[in-house]
Order: sequence, then structure tokens, then C-alpha cells
Amino acid sequence: MNRIDQRFATLKEQRRTALIPYITAGDPSPEHTVGFMHALVEAGADVIELGVPFSDPMADGPVIQKACERALRHGTRLHHLFDMVREFRQADTQTPVVLMGYLNPIERLGYDAFAERASEAGVDGVLVVDMPPEEADEFGPLLKSHGLASIFLIAPTTSRSRAATICAHGEGYLYYVSLKGVTGGAAANAEDVAEHLAPLREMTTLPLCVGFGIRDGASAAAVGRVADGVVVGSALVNRIAEGADHPATIAPALKEVLGDMRHALDS
Amino acid sequence: MTDSPVTETSAIGSAVADYGDLTRMPDARGHFGPYGGRFVSETLSFALEDLEKTYLALRDDPDFRAEFDYDLAQYVGRPSPLYHAARWSEKLGGAQIWLKREDLNHTGAHKVNNTIGQALLAKKSGKPRVIAETGAGQHGVATATVAARLGLKCDVYMGAEDVERQKVNVYRMRLLGADVIPVESGSRTLKDAMNEALRDWVTNVDDTFYIIGTVAGPHPYPLLVRDFNAVVGREARAQSLEQIGRLPDALVACVGGGSNALGLFYPFVEDVDVRMYGVEAGGDGVETGRHAAPLASDAPRGVLHGNRTYLMSDEGGQVADTHSVSAGLDYPGVGPEHALWKDVGRVQYVAANDTQVLEAFRELTRLEGIMPALESAHALAHAKVLAPTMRPDQHIVVNLSGRGDKDIQTVAEIDGIQF
Repeated sequence: MNRIDQRFATLKEQRRTALIPYITAGDPSPEHTVGFMHALVEAGADVIELGVPFSDPMADGPVIQKACERALRHGTRLHHLFDMVREFRQADTQTPVVLMGYLNPIERLGYDAFAERASEAGVDGVLVVDMPPEEADEFGPLLKSHGLASIFLIAPTTSRSRAATICAHGEGYLYYVSLKGVTGGAAANAEDVAEHLAPLREMTTLPLCVGFGIRDGASAAAVGRVADGVVVGSALVNRIAEGADHPATIAPALKEVLGDMRHALDS
Repeated sequence: MTDSPVTETSAIGSAVADYGDLTRMPDARGHFGPYGGRFVSETLSFALEDLEKTYLALRDDPDFRAEFDYDLAQYVGRPSPLYHAARWSEKLGGAQIWLKREDLNHTGAHKVNNTIGQALLAKKSGKPRVIAETGAGQHGVATATVAARLGLKCDVYMGAEDVERQKVNVYRMRLLGADVIPVESGSRTLKDAMNEALRDWVTNVDDTFYIIGTVAGPHPYPLLVRDFNAVVGREARAQSLEQIGRLPDALVACVGGGSNALGLFYPFVEDVDVRMYGVEAGGDGVETGRHAAPLASDAPRGVLHGNRTYLMSDEGGQVADTHSVSAGLDYPGVGPEHALWKDVGRVQYVAANDTQVLEAFRELTRLEGIMPALESAHALAHAKVLAPTMRPDQHIVVNLSGRGDKDIQTVAEIDGIQF
């Protein structure tokens, strides 16, 4: 059983909502990333989404755009992420790690090489923002054969028939994008989210996790009541940006933000 | 170039049996062989499916075609002339050069053919707002123009560097009622403008129609932008038969995203005796790495802005910075159909560097009294190389895709003149 499935099975037993932090790998520079990952786990992360920095992050708002720029300036490339995950796995064999990013760095490396190296490093899932299931007929099976989950997005604009296709192809969990827009936008509306998740429950048994617009404990708790997990990105990446000149302050700041959310979700 | 059809090319996933197959692209999922497709985040999938449905329903609708043709004739001023540049041809001492005068269109470039078409689609969609990305500003002006005419709100994204080097076009757009939004991220040029336009669209998809300006982007944009520009090639083909008495021996057009080139080339694709040359921006020279010529420099395949194509990027898949004197060609990718045509060898892709381009710009201006856009001057620069290798009874049609008024400031600065 994949670490992601295992983790969600445990959470279900415990009747807890998954807390899924996102950080961009290599932000503010590569040597800090593994430490941040451990800090996130200590603060209550159930799954970690590790962002692959890209020069043209079309679905991201300014916060994550700048994170990509910082990471790239320090030379972070896809192959460094494999090293980071491998190092993380030396101390943590339980927490699932999902690589999230855009297709081009993966295309350039080659699908085969990517799947092999990601799996060997200890990655559990892959979410490629600009690769809907229709374009994944070569990549998806390759990931599967290496034990990696293909995680797909579902949006408020997704039609019922598309949602069925996505549910059929998705593994690990489904990532519901709470609003039309880029990352770091307006706050998620829990009622609206609930309305969109209801029909998905009839189509799939996959856990439904919600991202975009989760900013603090209150929004995490509100969305957490209707979802199986919440994803938080920009709120964390903001703290990394604030501490970029004093990296020692970042891990405690990340733990504070995520700890508040964990507390709000569990109470 | 061979005269016989290409039978198979192992380099591509789905073999193209002959050039006739090139007229049946893209396939139902928007793929041109291994290129094209719809690589977008999920929020946009619905809007693209919708646009595809709308366009495919209207594509062969006689009323829609009549409306489009009427606007092209009465508003744009088509057909554009095919002009024999006799004096320049004589100077070059080889083939006869004919200029397809897209510079004479309303708004001064081929770009308006596409914005007229997409504006009709926007009108059908009932959305009150249009957005566009622009490099040199020609597509932005053409979009602002149709938006003014239809009473649509219009926001144009433009790289901050391009805002600086194309001030006249920026003010033109503002006069037309559009908001021009400078984009400060990344390399501050066309690709970053497109990123920002996509971010806007994903946020405002309910009330906004995105008018993409080139034959790139997610399906169905490469298809519909090509179709709307193909009027250029249809006219040029008929005009050649009438004025030359036969088809030309070669076609030449500049390629950034590649809309004017596809517009000219597409109706000739099965005319196997007509050679085609796509001219990319060589910048400081392809060998220097400072250029915007993904095809001529044999860049690797990649995915950007919704489609797979040849894309300038580093070994880690980060998109490369590009360089060109011409803002409109300063783009690291190229339309997916061009990528396929490169693979099957139907078009030869070459580059012209900035120095050659400026020389061609000055030469045409002085000898023919026609000031070309710097983008179009890339095509002229290659015609200058090509013509002397051909006989005086041979003919080259060059797409003069836009006029040079917008570039006067750039050329003056190169000449050391400040206004």
C-alpha cells in the first residue's frame, strides 16, 4: 500500500482531517528544504507537497512565483528534489511526499527517468498542474508502474462528465481547487466548497482535499469540516519569504502557522 | 527540398503519410503529431472545451463565414495587395520578390485578421470582457480595436520591457480604451505577458474571453488562429496565379509564435513545388545563445502555455530567456503546427540576426518606400539571402506582415537619436 493511501486510511480511522502543507523546494535556498519538511511534520503535517520550482508558474500568484524565483536563483532543479526527498526519508519513512509542479521540467528529464528516480528517492505521488488526465495517457501508467500516485485537480468549473474522468484516473487523493484563480487568492468559502464536493462523493471513494484560499486556522477548520484534507501553500511560503534573510527564523515560523491550523482542525 | 511527398518520419509519434495529411491537423484532441494538445490547469479546461465547441459549430457555418468576410473586406480593407518589389528585386539580382502587403491592413499588421475572428466568437459567447497578451503591441492594438468596436472591456498584458520599447503602441491601445498592464515578472517580455494573461483568465473565466494572438496556446487556439489568418495565403495564392501566372517558387515569412507564417503557408501546403521558409529571430546570432529561434537552433521539445512544441529551455526544463531586436518575435516557443512542419520537412526554418534585420529594414524603406515592421524585416532579411541564389524568372512571395511605424523609436535609438 502506498504511503498516501495508508495515511488516509489511518486518518479515517481517527476521524481526523489531513493537513497538507506546500512549500517550494529550494526556497529560499536548497540546503534548508529538508529541515523545513521535518519541521512541518513536527507541527502536524500528514502529507507534504513539495513544489518543483519553474520559471513560468502560470497557475500561481505572486507569492509562489517569487518562491520559484528564489529557488531558481540558487540553482534548484528537479534532480535536487530527488536528493532532498532521499535525505528526508533517512529520518522519516512514514510521511507521504507529493511532488507538485509544471510539466516542462519532467518532459525535459523524460517520463521514464522521472518515474524511476522519483520512486527510488521515496516520492509517493505527483501532481502536475498543467497536465489534465487527457494528456496523461503515457505518463499516468508509467507513474503507476513505479508505485507513484497520479494526483489530479478538480475545479469549480469542472463539468460532471470531466469530473467522472478525473475521478477514474485519480489516485491518492483529489485536489479540489476552492476558487477560480491563482494560488494565494481570496479566502475559500466553505459552503461553496461543500456544495461542489457533494457530487464528487458519489463518484469516488478517493479522499477529497481542498486547496487555494486556506490562510489560517479558521479557514482550515471551516473547510476541514466538509473535506478530507486541506492544503496550505501561500500562507507558509509567505513566512519563508519574510525570513529569507534570516533562514534560522523560518522553521519556527512555519511550525507556528501550521501548528495553529492543526489545532483548529483537531478541536 | 524534395518534390516527392514525405512518406514517413520516424522522429514523430504519428507518421505523416503525405503533405495532404498536414491539412487534416490537428486531430480531435488538438494534437499536431506529438505537438499541441491542451496542457492547462483544470480551471481552464471547461472554457477551452466550450470555445472548441462554439468554434467547431461555427467554422463551416455560412452566416459566420459571411460575417467574417464582410468585416475583413469592409473594416480591415482586404484583400491586401501582392506588390512586386521590382526595384529591390533588381538590386538583389535574382528572383522576383513579391510582398504580401499585410502592413496595409487596418491597424497595420496581419494580427487583425485573427482578432476580427475571435471577436466574433467573443460576441457569440456573450462575455463582456476580453483580454490579450502582446509583444510588439500589434496584437494588443488589434484586440483593443475590435473591443472598441464591439463595446467590450479590454485589458492587455504586456511585458514591462516591451512597454518601454513600444511606447507608441502602448498609447495607441490606451487611446482605444484598453488598459495596458505592464508585467514585471520573469524576463518581462511576451512569454511573461502570456503567463499573466492566463492567470487573469483563470480568475475571471466566467466573464472574460481570452483573445490569444498567435498559433500557440492550448487547443483550440492554434487551430482557430491559423484558420483566421489563412485568408492571407488564400489571397496570395490566387493573386500569384493572376499576377505571376503561376504559383511562386518560394514563400518567406517571419516566425515568432508563427501566426503570419501559418496564415501564408497553410493554403500552399499541398503545393509541393512551393518551397517555404520560416525565419526566426536570430538576435545576436544563433551561435551566441542570445536569440529567439527554437526551431533553427534545434531546441528540445517542451511544454509551455498549454501546448507541446519546441521550446528553448535549460537542461532542468527552465524556460530560457530570449533576445531579439523585435519584441513581437521575442518568444522561447513556437506554434505546435510549425514544430510538426519542421519534423516532416515541409518548411525550412532559418534565423536572421538583428544586424541583417536592420539592414533589410533600411533597404526596403529606401528602395521601395515601404517601412516594414522589424518582425517582418526578418522575412525580408532571408529573402535577401535567398533571391540572389535564384533566377530572375523565379518568384518569391514574402509576407510583409506589418508596418514599421511602431519601430521608429527603436531604430532611432540604435542610430543614437533621442526624440
